[in-house]
Amino acid sequence: MGVYVIRRLIWLPFLVVIVTFITFAMLRLGPGDPVQIWLGQHQNDEVRERIRAKLGLDDPLFIQYARYMEGVITRLDFGESFKFRGKSVREVIGTRILVSMQLNLAAIIITLGIGIPVGLLAALRQGTGWDNLIVSIALAFQSLPVFITAPVMLLVFALHLDVLPTSGWGGFFSPKIVMPAIVMGVPGIAIVVRLVRASVLDVLGQEYVRTARAKGLPELTVRYRHILRNALIPVTTSFGFILAGLAGGTFIVEIYFGIPGVGRLSLEALNARDYPVLMGFAIIATTFFVLANLIVDLMYPWLDPRIRLGAGHVT
Amino acid sequence: MLPDRSGVSTRESQADRLDWAESELSGEQILEMDSQPIRGHSYWSLAFRRLYRKKLAMVCISIIAFMYVGSLFSPLITPYDFRAVDLQNTRQGPSLAHPFGTDRQGRDMLTRVIFGVRTTVIITITSLLGGTLVLGVVLGLLSGYMGRWVDAVIMRMGEVTSSFPEILLLLIFVSAFRPRLLTAVQAFEDATGLDWIIRLGVLDFMIISVGLAIFGWFGMARLVRGQVLQARESQYIEAALVTGASTAHILRVHMLRNILSPLIVSVSAGLAGVAGAELVLSWIGVGVFPPTPSLGRMLFENGSPQVLLNHPHLILFPIGAVTLLFFCFNILGDAVNDAFNPRTR
Repeated sequence: MGVYVIRRLIWLPFLVVIVTFITFAMLRLGPGDPVQIWLGQHQNDEVRERIRAKLGLDDPLFIQYARYMEGVITRLDFGESFKFRGKSVREVIGTRILVSMQLNLAAIIITLGIGIPVGLLAALRQGTGWDNLIVSIALAFQSLPVFITAPVMLLVFALHLDVLPTSGWGGFFSPKIVMPAIVMGVPGIAIVVRLVRASVLDVLGQEYVRTARAKGLPELTVRYRHILRNALIPVTTSFGFILAGLAGGTFIVEIYFGIPGVGRLSLEALNARDYPVLMGFAIIATTFFVLANLIVDLMYPWLDPRIRLGAGHVT
Repeated sequence: MLPDRSGVSTRESQADRLDWAESELSGEQILEMDSQPIRGHSYWSLAFRRLYRKKLAMVCISIIAFMYVGSLFSPLITPYDFRAVDLQNTRQGPSLAHPFGTDRQGRDMLTRVIFGVRTTVIITITSLLGGTLVLGVVLGLLSGYMGRWVDAVIMRMGEVTSSFPEILLLLIFVSAFRPRLLTAVQAFEDATGLDWIIRLGVLDFMIISVGLAIFGWFGMARLVRGQVLQARESQYIEAALVTGASTAHILRVHMLRNILSPLIVSVSAGLAGVAGAELVLSWIGVGVFPPTPSLGRMLFENGSPQVLLNHPHLILFPIGAVTLLFFCFNILGDAVNDAFNPRTR
């Protein structure tokens, strides 16, 4: 266990460096000279060369990368945005990332808040009409990706029924968040329902459940303390998977509903060749992703003491 | 894994049955039964029989097969050319001449939806079967069987590729390499006189498939590696080694056959994911570029409130096609999983 964690932690910085360097190189390989965009209409060879030298774009890629990372690590300085002149990348991303986090949080609340109870219900009513109905609906929901539900919801609830606003952003407690959050949460609901159902069915067959019932515990205690708690372990471990699924949805929902989050920002930055912003976001996203994977992996033995890390052959 | 699943009805079990049924059978009958070859059921025939019994799954498999085969012949079965602009008849509702109506340039929607399905079909084949499967299986086999530094290098590479936030990296990947490749291919076309590489969207298909394969092979490789690690300890591999079989032979004959069933499950479960990635990329505008029709692009272009209110058919037909495709992929993935892993139900 200890050796495994230490090995993972030693490998972690290398992983982040490799991944960010590849991103950095790909961005530099991309078309469109950032200096051209920076200069706009005032093109002049001499000025262009001077700016290139000033920004350090003439140096080898490794040196550019090292200089960039030095700023990031020592001063948390991601550079200055090309597009929003005079604003630091930290400012530009910082405000947008909060918006995306709120949207994702709302989507997760919807996913888990609906998915877990419904999955539990289906498992406890296994084999009845309820179970079949829930499983069929979950299957149908799973076939409804974000780019399908978004226009349909917009058509029904905003244009025909006129109960929800069509687009925009007003913070976590504004009604504007309702539609995008539902759209993002729906595909996850199906996954959670099926996971919880399968997992509860598995736990129901365990002997400790029979023991708990046999010793006369109230049904509610059995359900929540013995069944649900154990059944949620696989759900927790697939949480990273659910988060990754949300990432793709964030892009589409933010663009479609005009929400000023990081998904829309990175597309705007890509179109404007705003490399510093893209790079900053890529570093933050990668680090977050790698850390989230690590945390999920380390959580296995904490949740389920029967699993021992590093034991056996599967790393 | 595989050998002990085969041969459900062996001679012993037949004999057991004869024991208790003895009273009902005459000696002649027993002799007759004994002389006939006993037909066992292999793991595969049992799995396919389980699959065959699921009616909904069979319907979905037929629909998928129909879409895959149909898209081969899409230029023949579509009533119009997908690029044929008809500015006299723009944004028309469904009619006999245009069953799905026409879009804002008067192009026939039925044709465009069929070609959009074809795009998705091509991407799933090239990316999943070509890229992910080949890369994942080969690297996973090597990693699991060779062990030591080969294993370490492949696994570390996999961790790197799976540490990228996929959509963001694909965005950057496509915008970094597409313009360069486009210029190169244009030069190539000019030099050789070929004119179909860009026109038919082959370049887009290649870029997306390579991109998806780069970020998607690791899951498959890890699965294969785990299976190989299990199989490597078994006695039949030892026996093969003793008889002097080469590494390539062992990998191909003994290892690959044993991992076939988890592979089938994983591929059929992965179809929806790959199709979804292509649609998301095309929706964002970095996947398949116009004029090649893509359902993702259609959903993006026709998703505005104005179109939804005034010409809903422009988006409802693509939505229908995508939903049907995804539904069938999901049912297929489930059914195959149930049929090939009967214990994990």
